[in-house]
This record gives sequence, C-alpha cells and structure tokens, in this order.
Amino acid sequence: MKKYDGLMRRKAISGYLFISPFIIGFIAFMISPMIRSLYMSFCNVDVQPGGITNYWIGLENYVRAFTIDTEFNRMLTEELSRMMINSVAIMVFSFFVALILNQKFKGRALVRAVFFLPVILSSGVILGVETNNALLASVQSMVEETTNTASITDALKTILVTSGVGVRAFDVVFDIVDGIYDVVIASGIQIIIFLSGLQTISSSMYEAAKIDGCTTWESLWKITFPMISSLFLVNWIYTIVDFCMRSDNQILDKISEQMIGHINYGFASALSWIYFLVVIVIIGISSFIISKGVYYYD
Amino acid sequence: MTKKNNASQKISFWERNRQSDGYLLKQKATSVSVSILRAILLFGMCFLILQPILMKISVSFMEEQDLYNTMVISIPEHFTTYNYELSASFMDYGKSLANTFGISLSVAILQIFVCTLVGYGFARFEFPFKKLWFACVILVIVIPPQTISTSLHLHFKYFDIMGIGKLLTGKTLNLRSSILPYYMMSAGCMGLKNGLYIFMIRQFFRNIPKELEEAAYVDGCGTLKTFLRIMLPDAKPILTSCFLFAFVWQWTDGFYSKMFLGNVRLLSTQLAVIADRMDAWVVNTLKIPGGASVGYTNCIVSTGTLMVIVPLLILYLFAQKGFVESLSSSGIKM
Repeated sequence: MKKYDGLMRRKAISGYLFISPFIIGFIAFMISPMIRSLYMSFCNVDVQPGGITNYWIGLENYVRAFTIDTEFNRMLTEELSRMMINSVAIMVFSFFVALILNQKFKGRALVRAVFFLPVILSSGVILGVETNNALLASVQSMVEETTNTASITDALKTILVTSGVGVRAFDVVFDIVDGIYDVVIASGIQIIIFLSGLQTISSSMYEAAKIDGCTTWESLWKITFPMISSLFLVNWIYTIVDFCMRSDNQILDKISEQMIGHINYGFASALSWIYFLVVIVIIGISSFIISKGVYYYD
Repeated sequence: MTKKNNASQKISFWERNRQSDGYLLKQKATSVSVSILRAILLFGMCFLILQPILMKISVSFMEEQDLYNTMVISIPEHFTTYNYELSASFMDYGKSLANTFGISLSVAILQIFVCTLVGYGFARFEFPFKKLWFACVILVIVIPPQTISTSLHLHFKYFDIMGIGKLLTGKTLNLRSSILPYYMMSAGCMGLKNGLYIFMIRQFFRNIPKELEEAAYVDGCGTLKTFLRIMLPDAKPILTSCFLFAFVWQWTDGFYSKMFLGNVRLLSTQLAVIADRMDAWVVNTLKIPGGASVGYTNCIVSTGTLMVIVPLLILYLFAQKGFVESLSSSGIKM
C-alpha cells in the first residue's frame, strides 16, 4: 500500500471530505436497509402500531415464492425473457439509428430532438399509465377484433408460419416488430451514447480505408464496430438496469402490492431479493461475455 | 489557370458522366436513393414517437360523443375544453403543479450539488480504498431501489437515530408521510438515479488536464478555491445536463413519490389515480351507477397525461441543447 504523508495525505483527506456525503448515504440508506431487508426475507414480520417484531422462519419465504405462490414463477420467466429480447432489440435498434443520425442531412437536429423526446416523456408513471391500464388494453383488443384489422405483420406471419420454417424464431421477431414502439421509446439514451462514440472516431481512418479499397459495409464492421465496442457494454448494462426499474414491470407491482396491500414485508423482501439476485447474475454473465469482445484502441 | 478551371466547370453533367464511364451517374443515383430511403425511414420512426402525443392532443379536445363517432378520427367535431377542466379538478392541478415544481426543483438542486462534490472527489483526488468506493457507486447504479424498498419503508416508519428519540420521548418518529426522508436520501446521494449522475460528473472532471489544477495551486489556490473558481465554471454544461435530467425524472417519478411523498399532492401520484377518481365522480356526482365509460376514461387519462407533460415539453423546447449536447460531448466510456 502507498504511503500517504505530507501533501498526499492532505489531498487524501480532502478527497474523503468530498465523497463523504456518498459514504454516509451509502451506509445509512443502502447497506443498512439491504442487510435489514435480507434479514427480513428470512423472517415473518409482524407490524404493530408500536413497532415491528421479526420471527425467524428460515427459508420459508423463498420456498413459498417458488413452490406455493401461483404466479411468481410465471412472472419471473416472462419478465426475464421479455427483458432479454427487448434489450437485444434496443441495442440493435439504437446502434442502427445512431449510424443514421451520424450522417449529414437536412433536419438532422430536429430528428435528433424527436428521438430524444421519449427519454423525457416516457419515464416514470407516464409509461405506467399508458400500459398498465387494464381497461384500455381490453378495449383496444376488442376494437382490433371487431374491426378485424388486417395488419401487415399478421399477413406476413401467416405466410411465413404456414411455410413451416423456424416458427418459434419468427414468433420472437414478430413480437419485436409488434412492440417496436416499446423499443423505440426505450432507446433514447442509448442512441446518444452511441452517437457520442461515433463522433470520436476520426474521419482519417475511414479515408485511409477507402483509399485501400474498403467499401462502406466493410469499414462499418472493420472500423466502426470495434471502435465503439466498449460502448456496447455500457449500453447493455444501462438497458438492463433501466428495464428493471420500469414502472410497467409485473414483479415490482407484485412486490409493492405484497408490501403495501398485504403488509407482508417478509415475503415482499424475499421476492425482491430473488429478483435482484437473478438480475445481477444476468448482468454479470452477459457483461463478462461482452467484455471479451470489447476492443480497446489505446 | 483560373480560366481553364472555369471552362472545365462548364462541362455539363452528362458530358462529365460520359468521361467517367458512367461512374458519376451511378454515384449520384446511389446517394439520391439512399437519402430518399433515409428520409422515409426517419419520417416513419419520428411519426411513431410523436403519434401518441398528437393522438392525445386531438382526443383531449373531443366531447364524449365524438369518441364513439367512427367518422371522427383526429379532428373533433364538437370542440370542447371541458376535459381539461375535469382533469384539472381530478388532479387538483394548480396545487399539484406547484408542489411538483417545488419538490422537483429543490430535490434536483440538492442532488446535483451533492453529486458534483462526490464526482469531483472521485475524479481529482487519490485516497485509500478509492476503487472500493467507486465500486459502491457502480453498485448503486445497478441495484434496483425496489430491492431495499421494504426495509426503507419500515426504516422511516419507525425512524430513530440510534434510539435517541425513544429515550427522550418514549416513541419513534413516523417519517413516512413527510418529505424529510427523501431530502435526507438525496443529501446522501441515494435518490433517483444519483449513481448515474456521479458517474457522469466524474467522467467530465477526469478529462480536465492536471496542469490546470497545478497552475492554480502554484498561484495560491487551495483545494476548495480550485474547485469553486477553476473547475466549476468549466463544468457548467454537464451540470446543466444532469440537473435537467434530475428535474425531469423527478417530475415523472412514481416509485419514490409513492413511497415517501404519499401525502403530498404530486402530479405523478395524482395521475396514477385519475381513472379511479373519474369513476367515483361519475358514480357519486352524476349518479350513473355503472361508472364512467371506458372510452371517456381513456380520454380523461390522455388529457391528464398531457397536462403533466406539457411543462416538460416546454422545458425541452427551450433546453434541448442542454439535454443532448453536453451528454454527447462528455464521452461516456468505461
């Protein structure tokens, strides 16, 4: 370990002074609640007007989540598969859009402004109001049934599915196409991050490649892709984290319903810990895989 | 020389095309078709993003009968502003707007102030366990706040700092329905997406050359003075950007608002219950036992959503550069 004395020591002290709000906040509002909630997930929490009592019941809450609770398993797999598919779609989409927005054309500033709009308008409750409203959803499906709208994707789907090749894969693709609005509104920040990366690539590289006979397609894979590959990692993590905190998430709804509606704090903690651990594992594994492919220029 | 140049420019496009064996025409055709394709694609995607907003605007001016009229699609036949009056009364708009504005503004200022300090500390100082603490910042970004929501809920319901309150008054404080806990969390960098702000601000300060700091030191600036006089003025763009994000995300946030600010009338929490209010109003005031019709509820919810986002839209119109430019110039890298 380095010796800290003289000026170094003084700088170290001021450094700690600067980050002290974070340290205090982290210990008071992150570490201690986490430990408490971990403890509570092993307990039956009894809330009385005067205070709370925890009765240790071991793994019962976890067992209940996986075996007794009827909807949690289904919700978890549904949410996770939705998360994976949507995240991949968001990455591809935002990379593609960033490539387009990096070109020069008239009205570029306006288009950029529009693409960034969802970051502001579709955050928090507004997203939830639009998608969570069961009433509206039922009306929409009713309208679709009665008017018998023949959408292009449906027609294509019938053609492709009857030909019988890779039905499952097609289903996934069609789900993404049908949910393109979800993908578009979730990729504002990612587009900006990719754009900032694209702008740091010097144009002399492309010129050199062009002189050597590279086509645009080749230079996309040989120059653009490796140069911003580190941003794929950043965006991937951001996308997953963002997805976990969306307000139209079924699991979070269930947790807060258990907590506020049923006053079942122990069970709610267990659910949130399961969800948290699963997400962390997914982030860890996927970012390890992506980081293998990241190319660092300097 | 110049004369010759002028002469060569006067050769017609087709002449030059012939000279280049059709290469020029091919190039021109490719670039035109690419730009047409791009325009169609971008127009489609922009429309996709804007369509819900436009739809909401048109619906919000319709009377109930227009909603069921299949001839009316986007331009209302019976123009009315009654929907706005209704939504405003359901949401208690004036008061909620003032509350939301006050809380978003104060929380955003507090959060960015603290995050700037912390980000600067991480960027410009060497101290033991720096890597460990920074890993904690990453952890804060990654952990969904919902994980700890259960215990935070109870923590503030029976709030007590090391049992002092209980010793003096014999009971614990219930802070759950006051704003104080959220301010405390914001002061400790644990508010909405604060880890992200720390990360962005640190990234910015790291790119300032060390010589600047050393020059200030030679000229007699202390640590604090360097920070205030040299570093802060430079950091204006990134701080504005972070501030705008903090403000806007706080404005629309449902999670923290529901958890800590349940008693304060905020637009985000009011919007979430607008459909239920509507139903209750129809049953109790209009004496229609079935409750509000689905279509009309939809209309009122759209109007309410519009009223919540209009201030943000105006903000975005004026501060669009602040949102985007500094974010893309700061260069987020790992």
